[in-house]
Amino acid sequence: MTRRIPDIPLLLIALALSAFGIAMVYSAGQTDTVSFVATLWRTQLVWFVIAIGAAFVASRASVRFLDWLTPFVYVLTLCMLVLTLVIGGGAGTAASSKSWLVIGGIRIGQPAELAKITVVLMLARVLANRREPPKSLLELWHPALVVGIPWILIMLQPDLGTGIVFIGIFFAMLFWSGVNWRLLLLIASPAISLVLAFSTRLWGAWFLLLLALVWIYRPYLVEGIAVVCINVVTGVVAPILWEKLAPYQQKRLLVFLDPSIDAQASGYHVIQSQVAIGSGGWLGKGFTQGTQKRLNFVPEQQTDFIFAVVGEELGFVGVTLALTLFLALFLRAVRISSRANDPYASLIAFGLLASWLVHVIENVGMTLNLMPITGIPLPFFSYGGSFMLASWLSVGVLMRISREGRGRGELASI
Amino acid sequence: MSYHPHDVSRRASVARLLLGIGFVALMSAFFRAQVMRNSEFLAQAEQNRFREVPLAAPRGIIYDRNGRIIAENLPGYAVSLLSPSADSLRAAMRRLSSIIPITDDQVEAAVRRWRKNPTRPAVILPDAPFDVVAVLEERRVENPTLIIQSTPKRYYPDGPAVASFVGYTGEVTERELADSTRRDYKPGQQIGKGGLERQYEAQLRGTEGVRYVEVDARGRVVRDAGARAERAPIPARALRTNIDMDLQQYVVSLLGDSLRAGVVAIDPNDGAVLALHSAPTYDPNRFVGGIPAEYWRELNTDPRRPLYNKVIQGRYPPASTWKLATSAIAMEAGLVSLDDHMPQPCTGGYRYGRYFRCWNHTGHGDVNLRQAIEQSCDVYFYQVGLKLGLTRLVAGGIKLKMRERSGIDLPNETQPQYPPDAMNYFNERYGARGWVPGSVSLNLSIGQGENAQTLINMARFYTALATDGRAARPEIVTRNPERVRIMNLTDAQMVGLRLAMAGVVSSRGTANSARVEGITVAGKTGTAQNPPNPDHAWFMGFAPAERPRIVVGVFVEYGEHGYVAARIATKVMARYLKAATAPVVTTE
Repeated sequence: MTRRIPDIPLLLIALALSAFGIAMVYSAGQTDTVSFVATLWRTQLVWFVIAIGAAFVASRASVRFLDWLTPFVYVLTLCMLVLTLVIGGGAGTAASSKSWLVIGGIRIGQPAELAKITVVLMLARVLANRREPPKSLLELWHPALVVGIPWILIMLQPDLGTGIVFIGIFFAMLFWSGVNWRLLLLIASPAISLVLAFSTRLWGAWFLLLLALVWIYRPYLVEGIAVVCINVVTGVVAPILWEKLAPYQQKRLLVFLDPSIDAQASGYHVIQSQVAIGSGGWLGKGFTQGTQKRLNFVPEQQTDFIFAVVGEELGFVGVTLALTLFLALFLRAVRISSRANDPYASLIAFGLLASWLVHVIENVGMTLNLMPITGIPLPFFSYGGSFMLASWLSVGVLMRISREGRGRGELASI
Repeated sequence: MSYHPHDVSRRASVARLLLGIGFVALMSAFFRAQVMRNSEFLAQAEQNRFREVPLAAPRGIIYDRNGRIIAENLPGYAVSLLSPSADSLRAAMRRLSSIIPITDDQVEAAVRRWRKNPTRPAVILPDAPFDVVAVLEERRVENPTLIIQSTPKRYYPDGPAVASFVGYTGEVTERELADSTRRDYKPGQQIGKGGLERQYEAQLRGTEGVRYVEVDARGRVVRDAGARAERAPIPARALRTNIDMDLQQYVVSLLGDSLRAGVVAIDPNDGAVLALHSAPTYDPNRFVGGIPAEYWRELNTDPRRPLYNKVIQGRYPPASTWKLATSAIAMEAGLVSLDDHMPQPCTGGYRYGRYFRCWNHTGHGDVNLRQAIEQSCDVYFYQVGLKLGLTRLVAGGIKLKMRERSGIDLPNETQPQYPPDAMNYFNERYGARGWVPGSVSLNLSIGQGENAQTLINMARFYTALATDGRAARPEIVTRNPERVRIMNLTDAQMVGLRLAMAGVVSSRGTANSARVEGITVAGKTGTAQNPPNPDHAWFMGFAPAERPRIVVGVFVEYGEHGYVAARIATKVMARYLKAATAPVVTTE
């Protein structure tokens, strides 16, 4: 049954975030040495209008139609990702990577942004079609394949940031489909092993914990043994892998641990971003008045580090406002997904939420060096047409799911 | 998937809880950065964008006793570059060298300044000529790291005429910076290098101000003035000296450029230095803002040693000007009076072991002390020296402060050479059997031998002769006059000595050719043996003889005869006394 009343709170939150974001893109262009960034807010505004239109169209499509459409869109996405690897190009700071679809010298868009949505749709379809959630590692092969193929294509570009988003989506949707958290931990364990392998003692402690876990979690004995073996292997290959990394990649990770080791080069971005945010204080330096931004100390102020501009110019109050808006968006998405009519729609809603969440945590965390720098944009804020479009397409889909969901008459009380 | 409403709401609660935890964690991280560490990051942001540009304080103006300017400041220009590294500084200077002349030495000097203090703009041209500034100002947009500022430049209106006492200023060197007493100096700052400029550095320096320029991430100047409140420099207080510039100029004109000489004029009543000049001289204006290499070479290779101050650094045997010291010591010991004769009259020499000559080979005959002073009879003073004995002669000289610096307020004054004691010094020098006390006494009594005095210290001794036996410490800048008694003679004895010295500059004396109309000058000539070169000429004296108001000491290297110096000295005295407003008292 379809409700006629749209999800007004969701729409208002998304509109508020977009307005806030476009204002920050405008401010990001206000530098003492005028650059191309000065006029980007207008382009962003145009994209915003296009994105609203796209969201409206998306909200008109029923979930059943999406269900039918999903396999085609998924295959199309994979084709575009393959095509991008063949004829793709880079842009901005990631000029050497192949993340843009370029035809005749014109950058059409970033298929990875579309992939974030289609992977959510496809994964939802696969998970929703099961009666029970996957109970063992072997049962996970199908969902893993759905995420794994586009993930590999994106890591080949290479685009580490989007890769992380996919992993976030994967785990979040498994969680929402009801997969046991201990199984999730077992899946994640090789990655944890990989990180901890740099300290023998830490790795040893982790390994003991893992053994205990496998013992407690006996129903999956075969998988348990397999996981332990994989952990041993990753623990051993990690140092070798480290040696294989390019020096700039190693540096990036080391700088994350201590930015001051390379304050003039790799650590520069994160130090200046921290200085910008920290110097904002309670109320900030005033809209467009941030000195770190005006004098170009903040790098990529219109894209990856736009949140540093928020922190510097609007202070702790502005940061609180922005993060509260995001929190409201996420809580709304949790509500929508818990009231959806069917598992498929519910999983889509939660997957889209997960995608946004990973972006926000990684991007905002990066500006304060809580996360390593991966060049991942902030939804609704960072300059960029594809991402604006993708974010609003997600809003449109959520609007539709909300409309079809339960809870008629509860709209008045959010 | 399990889509039982109960399961879903449980998972939704977990999701909300995780979202809440994430939100609180992020918010607390921002609270810590923006509120708790705000001042720290704010300081870093300010440090990022502001560069301090020092504003040099104008040095204190130096005046003569009549308010005439000896040293002042002219507007000059300093050019600096902001640089994140030494390499980029080099590159920027290389770029600039296509439009203005820049030598490799200047590049290296700028890099050294930058290394000393990388956050300060590195001064590349401390004293840029106006045409260079004009060129740079035109191309400023292309060189956004350039900072041009007006800066006071030291100027000495009388240039070479005042170099002997005023010194000069220059950029502080690395060696000077290493000195712990100069910890508050920064590279690129000016410092007094010699003379009064160095002696009174603390007073003349003033307090440096600072202005701020705002720069962007690439170090380009975005906003110049008004970026942040500046701190104006505090000019130093003026320095008033005792120098009489009219007299100083006159002295300079008398010596000209051909003589190698030193002249000092002191008011014996308070030690005020009226004029002080060492010839040949140099132009201190050319030293300001870096000494041109060829000028420095020229000054250092000049055999007349223009940089060597013949008033306070040169040490020479005092020769016959010393005879007043011998006389004073002997009179104080009660061994001779002005009318006493010596056992042996002067026949042109005196035999003591070997033959000691008198300068007048035909002899002075039987003279008393007064006549011996007038005619500078060596034979008379040989016998006074023998009568005194070496012990009393050496002790007397020490009491007359002939082993001490005069204490003039100039740096680098040389200490005179005089035996510290009668026996040990000579024993160590010549061996116990290698010398005869009598011979040493003979030499010392006529101002030769182990005795080398500076002109300024001899002048101090003569201030005591000119007054009541108290020597005045020479002072260029008015401090508290300090007069110390070095002679214990009666008024009659003092007057007698002065009369005898007046006889020197009379028709009877050795300086008869130096007499001037209307003024009685008292003094003593000296001709210091300087084999194999020509003798040095001395004259120490004062005027008016009855109530002296000026002591003048003149030393002329290779001057050959004392009267050469005397002629200069008496002219200086006449100039001063005639120019003086007080009426000149003449009794003779």
